[in-house]
Amino acid sequence: MSRRTSPVIPGFGLTLGYTLVYLSLLVLIPLGAMFAHAAQLSWAQFWAIVSAPRVVAALQLSFTTALFAALLNGIVGTLLAWVLVRYRFPGRKIIDAMIDLPFALPTAVAGIALTALYAPAGLVGQWAQALGFKIAYTPLGITLALTFVTLPFVVRTLQPVLEDIPREVEEAAACLGAKPWQVFRYVLVPAVLPAWLTGFALAFARGIGEYGSVIFIAGNMPMKTEILPLLIMVKLDQYDYRGATSIGVLMLVVSFVLLLLINLLQRRIEKR
Amino acid sequence: MSIRRFALAALAGLSLSAAVQAQTSLLNVSYDPTRELYQEYNAAFNKHWQAQGHEPVTIQQSHGGSGKQARAVIDGLKADVVTLALAGDIDELNKLGKLIPEDWQKRLPQASTPYTSTIVFLVRKGNPKQIKDWDDLVKPGVEVITPNPKTSGGARWNFLAAWAYAQQKYGSDDKAQAFVEQLYKNVPVLDTGARGSTITFVNNHIGDVLLAWENEAFLALKEQGGDQFEIVAPSLSILAEPPVAVVDKNVDKKGTRELANAYLNYLYSEEGQRIAAKNFYRPRSEKVAAEFAKQFPALKLVTIDKDFGGWKSAQPKFFNDGGVFDQIYQAK
Repeated sequence: MSRRTSPVIPGFGLTLGYTLVYLSLLVLIPLGAMFAHAAQLSWAQFWAIVSAPRVVAALQLSFTTALFAALLNGIVGTLLAWVLVRYRFPGRKIIDAMIDLPFALPTAVAGIALTALYAPAGLVGQWAQALGFKIAYTPLGITLALTFVTLPFVVRTLQPVLEDIPREVEEAAACLGAKPWQVFRYVLVPAVLPAWLTGFALAFARGIGEYGSVIFIAGNMPMKTEILPLLIMVKLDQYDYRGATSIGVLMLVVSFVLLLLINLLQRRIEKR
Repeated sequence: MSIRRFALAALAGLSLSAAVQAQTSLLNVSYDPTRELYQEYNAAFNKHWQAQGHEPVTIQQSHGGSGKQARAVIDGLKADVVTLALAGDIDELNKLGKLIPEDWQKRLPQASTPYTSTIVFLVRKGNPKQIKDWDDLVKPGVEVITPNPKTSGGARWNFLAAWAYAQQKYGSDDKAQAFVEQLYKNVPVLDTGARGSTITFVNNHIGDVLLAWENEAFLALKEQGGDQFEIVAPSLSILAEPPVAVVDKNVDKKGTRELANAYLNYLYSEEGQRIAAKNFYRPRSEKVAAEFAKQFPALKLVTIDKDFGGWKSAQPKFFNDGGVFDQIYQAK
């Protein structure tokens, strides 16, 4: 709390206080209420709910589809960001603006549109059908919906970082004899990896909790294509508030641990 | 607890277009497919109410999945009346919310159900798979579209209708369970609500038959011009009873009991019954039913109270965690 450099924004006390109030009202109190609600159950009851076969199946499904969607966006999103930052071509601004559309579109609309497209009778779905596989109503369809919804995260976190890497750095590396893959591996990757991880983690976290867009394309078959947020809705429709909050707590804890691990990884990378 | 209630109430409140005022306004919290019905009914009731020398009232409608709507009211949405898809959901207003007395269903005629519906099959034009009755739904190669009974009130009626058919035909609960298990093997998608299933069947062209509320099936026919689909009435179905109730605690606080009672009672009047029938709900009044006899085929109908012992026993037996529906899917 040294005040040697005079801060632009008023003092530490005021800003911290504001931060805490803000966080409490928006995040801590609602989440705390959820934990308190689930805490009315005994440990054995809680465990019985979260270890039921359907919940475990849904947990696996939600986390693997979110992981694959985040990975897919990690690759394709990086490519998109690279193209948008490094090249100038007609229509670039329009494509750049389109990246944010998945955030603006109501997720249910996205889900219905994707389902119509990828269902066995849909425009793309019939080709998949002809090739002998299904997209909608399978985990593949869920991954697709999640990839759509989380597309902006990786692109938007990478763009500013890529813009900050001057082209000269690559040229310098090349002058020093680095082959293209070495430039990529030793110059570009270390520079963008922390931002990439942030984008990846955001996409992953968002994917785990996503409900609106997935519910239409998932098919919702118990044990097969039932996502975890749907099980929460199912419990609520039985007026089983405790069961619902238990699954909520489970999701939060697992997500939190995973995000924490990603953050730790990020710090190790940044220290190097 | 109170925080959660507050948050939910605030959310529910936001979804309404205007603030709820005392005396001259009434909030009817209903389920999804009644939109058109109550639009017409509200106008008619307002006329009737003013003809009796009252001030005009603003009637607000809120629609959504039946269970979600019930939860909103329990969590503090100030509904004067609820008109939901199942008695089971209104029971929760008593059990969880303590908003109405336990015997609420005895307060209005016909177990507080002014109109009914049933479950029918919607098939593609020409009925290519020759679907005539429940037995045709369990044949291999037939795809059946129905929502998830765990999240959809309508789907629970579908499930029970199939169960009742199999039980009467094959004579035992075990055989009925085997029958519905076979039926649900033919279900490729379980949407969360009736509207979602209709989209899957109508717009995404999935499935050979949609199990639907009769009123929804008629509505789909009306909107699609009748050249894509046909309605097939099975030999036996279930009398779907969507009941109505005044929410005592709310009307007493707001002083709207007289208005709320009149609002529900008028549903039983000839005009109210006719509006229900025009919107494809089966009227209770025999006179109005006779007028619309052509529209509604005579069906053999089982009822939830006589054949299943009411929702209080059907809900836990079939649909709660570990119930028959879960067993069907967890057998594997």
